Amino acid sequence: MIPVAVGFFYLKGIKMGQSIDNQSTSIHQTKVLIIGNGMVGHYFVEQLLLQQATVSICVLSGESRPAYDRVHLSEFFSGKTEQDLLLTTEQEYIDKGVEFHSNSKVDFINKQDKWVRTTSGNEYHYDILVLATGSYPFVPPIPGNDQPHCLVYRTIDDLHDIEASAKCSEVGVVVGGGLLGLEAANALKEAGLETHVVEFAPQLMAVQVDEAGGELLKQKIQALGVNVHTQKATQEIVKGDTCRYKMVFADGTYLETDLILFSAGIRPSDSLAREFDIKIGDRGGITINDYCQTSEESVYAIGECALWNNRIFGLVAPGYSMARTAASHILSGVSEQTPAFLGADMSTKLKLMGVEVGSIGDAHGNTAGAQTYSFENEPKGIYKKIVVDSTEEKLLGAVLIGDTSQYDTLLQYMLNGITLPEAPESLIMSFDGAEAPSVGADSLPDTASICSCHNVTKGDIVTALDNGENSLAGIKTCTKASTGCGGCAALLKSVVDSELEKRGVEVNTDICEHFAHSRQDLFNIVQVEQIATFDDLLSSHGKGLGCDICKPAAASIFASLNNEFVLKKPHIGLQDTNDTYLGNMQKDGTYSVVPRVAGGEITPDKLIVLGQVAKKYALYTKITGGQRIDLFGAQVQDLPQIWSILVEAGFETGHAYAKALRTVKSCVGSTWCRYGVQDSVGLAIDLENRYKGLRAPHKIKFAVSGCTRECAEAQSKDIGVIATENGWNLYVCGNGGMKPRHGDLFATDLDTDTLVKYIDRILSFYVKTADRLQRTATWMDNLEGGLAYLQDVIINDSLGLNQTLESQMEKVVDTYECEWKKAISNPESLKRFRQFVNSDKTDSNIQFVEERGQIRPATEDEKSQSNNQSIDIIELV
Amino acid sequence: MQDTQTLSSNTTSEMKVIAGDWITVCTKNDLVENSGVCALLPAHLVRGDAKIEDNLEVQIAIFYIKQINKVFAISNYDPIGKANVMYRGIVGSISDEPMVSSPLYKQHFSLETGICFEKPEYMLRTYLCRIQDNLVQVKVGSINHSSQ
Ligand SMILES: Cc1cc2nc3c(=O)[nH]c(=O)nc-3n(C[C@H](O)[C@H](O)[C@H](O)COP(=O)(O)OP(=O)(O)OC[C@H]3O[C@@H](n4cnc5c(N)ncnc54)[C@H](O)[C@@H]3O)c2cc1C
Ligand code: SF4
Repeated sequence: MIPVAVGFFYLKGIKMGQSIDNQSTSIHQTKVLIIGNGMVGHYFVEQLLLQQATVSICVLSGESRPAYDRVHLSEFFSGKTEQDLLLTTEQEYIDKGVEFHSNSKVDFINKQDKWVRTTSGNEYHYDILVLATGSYPFVPPIPGNDQPHCLVYRTIDDLHDIEASAKCSEVGVVVGGGLLGLEAANALKEAGLETHVVEFAPQLMAVQVDEAGGELLKQKIQALGVNVHTQKATQEIVKGDTCRYKMVFADGTYLETDLILFSAGIRPSDSLAREFDIKIGDRGGITINDYCQTSEESVYAIGECALWNNRIFGLVAPGYSMARTAASHILSGVSEQTPAFLGADMSTKLKLMGVEVGSIGDAHGNTAGAQTYSFENEPKGIYKKIVVDSTEEKLLGAVLIGDTSQYDTLLQYMLNGITLPEAPESLIMSFDGAEAPSVGADSLPDTASICSCHNVTKGDIVTALDNGENSLAGIKTCTKASTGCGGCAALLKSVVDSELEKRGVEVNTDICEHFAHSRQDLFNIVQVEQIATFDDLLSSHGKGLGCDICKPAAASIFASLNNEFVLKKPHIGLQDTNDTYLGNMQKDGTYSVVPRVAGGEITPDKLIVLGQVAKKYALYTKITGGQRIDLFGAQVQDLPQIWSILVEAGFETGHAYAKALRTVKSCVGSTWCRYGVQDSVGLAIDLENRYKGLRAPHKIKFAVSGCTRECAEAQSKDIGVIATENGWNLYVCGNGGMKPRHGDLFATDLDTDTLVKYIDRILSFYVKTADRLQRTATWMDNLEGGLAYLQDVIINDSLGLNQTLESQMEKVVDTYECEWKKAISNPESLKRFRQFVNSDKTDSNIQFVEERGQIRPATEDEKSQSNNQSIDIIELV
Repeated sequence: MQDTQTLSSNTTSEMKVIAGDWITVCTKNDLVENSGVCALLPAHLVRGDAKIEDNLEVQIAIFYIKQINKVFAISNYDPIGKANVMYRGIVGSISDEPMVSSPLYKQHFSLETGICFEKPEYMLRTYLCRIQDNLVQVKVGSINHSSQ
């Protein structure tokens, strides 16, 4: 446990006016002070917490906000907000006992007495100092590079500057055609600018790909409307004629532009080390050993500022490895648990403006004796090259442009030194549509790294399976594999599948012993063969008498497809007890009554009716999290009367008992709220009325917020809608409850019609393809391709299903009927609402006591005290 | 010879029946296909261990499974959830043995033996039950020990 130590490191500060020797108490506790709260600095703090460190932690961040996801910075231009990018919050740090200071740039270190000072004069003591200062963009020393619209691309503040500048610009130039430069170019293009990339070298992405690959990349990117100028050295930036600026090149040509974005490489932020005598490399970078210690024993360096073996690692995964190593070393010294940092693989796979690019290992064939195989398909825009060693047995590197489907396989060959097939070229060429050989999950050693973001090896996955995990989603949760960049999703799945198969766990998707089909199969069978009853389904596709798994699942499928009354004779025995009695059974066998309050909006008159009913039937009353009112303690025989009164007063069933749409929560929105930009209540009511009665594999919750302040907590719902100035942002597959998960941003600035159309399709697709009792979050995690796949299906109609999905939903919407209204007018259904078939007595085992002015079920002890009349003798064998 | 007694809501505990008799609980029409109803009976009528003076009543869940055209009678008290709710459970089969699942915590109980599949230390009382001339009847006095 981390002791809460707020203010602990604070030696002498303007804020509190403390003096150095006014230090706090627990001197014995090791104080770890971290400079820099970038991705790696933050990950380091998490590692300390994870390893149950008994140290005090203090973080000094040079930025104005806590750590955020730099890797996905570009998504800011496709709709992600600052909030979405944050990796943590100040509150979270406080909750975990971590002292955190933003806007605290350190400019002085006293190594002797072990303290540092920030530019605002605050001083902090340390036992262990960790430099996680990252790097800064290199701006080439070109005259005129310091003008207002000459920008860089590294921080959230930069994003705001770029956004502001783009608003008053028409042409934008990115200086630098490397990986980041191309990403930046994409951002400018998305901002609507005429976009150019100016590269000094003869080719794009010179670090990762070879010349031929670079050339193809250039063509592809130009085809997408970005102008690429290679071999251009900018000499000066002067006032433009048609635009704001004019870039003058060494060859005499020039380019007019309104905005210049420098992305000409990064430089390690090593100035603190430089100034205070900590060893740095000849070309910069803070020198570290295999345990991330600098030349100063009590000072560590991790992430992009660190130089190991004369190398800087400009990716997050190696930074994370350093963080793990440093944390272990600080906590337990050199021990078995402490993994030494021994370099990292810099292979990358990415999609730049829709162009797939992959680079593995020695992409340039620099190793002595290296030989290459390459393959080019010009019409399709595909280039692939592999680099093998002199014996043609091991893969050294690869370049893939236009098609990275073999990336995972090639990477495994390289990382694990797997012997190449007889004809190595078969790895990148396919003949007559034959599949290129892929490395079987089986042939990977246990040490094979599957997820490099979270350092998960095949061995870790095997261990998790040994410990009882048995699903892909479970493995993801417990090992975190594939929850970083997601690049390893396919590989992870094949490892999990093959391991499960090996242990004889047939990856059995049969719903139960009565049907050799998954829920999704059953759904399709029912849909295609138009089966309407369980008896028919069982006799044509199942065996035995059914059970409490297949029956409710079938009932739900029938309801989703045909929307017949759930208490209709052939369906009645299929329903879960909650559905049979149209209420939620509580622990004592009584039911709760929850009428629908769409959007959480209710009139005083209706509130009064609820109060009257509760009073008349002595029901316990509570407000639910879904903005409605729950009346507890209703006995089976009273339910019809209670509902008659409610229906009479205009209430409808709330389906709180069903695996169906529950509620659409809303904030008051623009109608009342000062900040609201759309009518969130109005939309919530419309959505709730549209989807009410939709039965699904599990319950579905919605919420709608009227602005980005998100008071309705829409991001924790299956479907979350947040108002923007221009429409609605749609979030999907969030979850509260046991496994909280933020919804993923699905689409932005939608008009209401499109929003509804998307939700129709998503829900129908969920109903069609999910497993039984699978919430949307797990469902999407289990879709191969996850969010991107779902977007493709719903937005681009990649499966050609949208028409069916929409009409499936239309049918449910058109055939909606309030189940309680129907039940109370139907004597046959009412027959079941009694405890005894041969008596009007009530169940004497249901007893209440009073608590805080309302009823609650009596405990067993309370019952036996008051019982003179026993109900049944319980027999235990 | 009269071998049945009709019990209705005005059942009195004084009613005289002889062990081995079948008492009528309700009509077949009162049953719900592939689902359950619950009957309230004086304990001494159906259980050898209860006496008239005890003035006890028992709740018996009665299920009708159409496919095999059988009725089953079993205690309505869920010993794990501790509530009288068994008749609201879903019926079906596990490896061809008819069963009902508790609507509270979903354990499965054999309709033939009353034994819980997941926790065999729990067993529900079962009673002999039949449909005779459209009447649903439970056998007086003897508990069904078909589990032996
Ligand atoms: C647009 C973009 C896209 C990228 N895409 C990828 C990708 O796809 N895959 C990948 O692996 N990597 C990618 N990267 C690189 C990745 O973001 C970095 O490797 C990673 O962020 C490095 O983390 P860090 O903590 O070492 O440094 P940083 O994240 O740079 O954090 C360092 C922090 O230290 C602070 N700091 C510096 N000096 C001081 C001081 N004296 N006092 C206090 N604070 C200080 C800085 O303000 C900064 O907040 C991308 C980077 C960018 C900019
Ligand atoms: S989300 Fe926005 S509109 Fe809704 S209540 Fe909060 S601040 Fe107001």
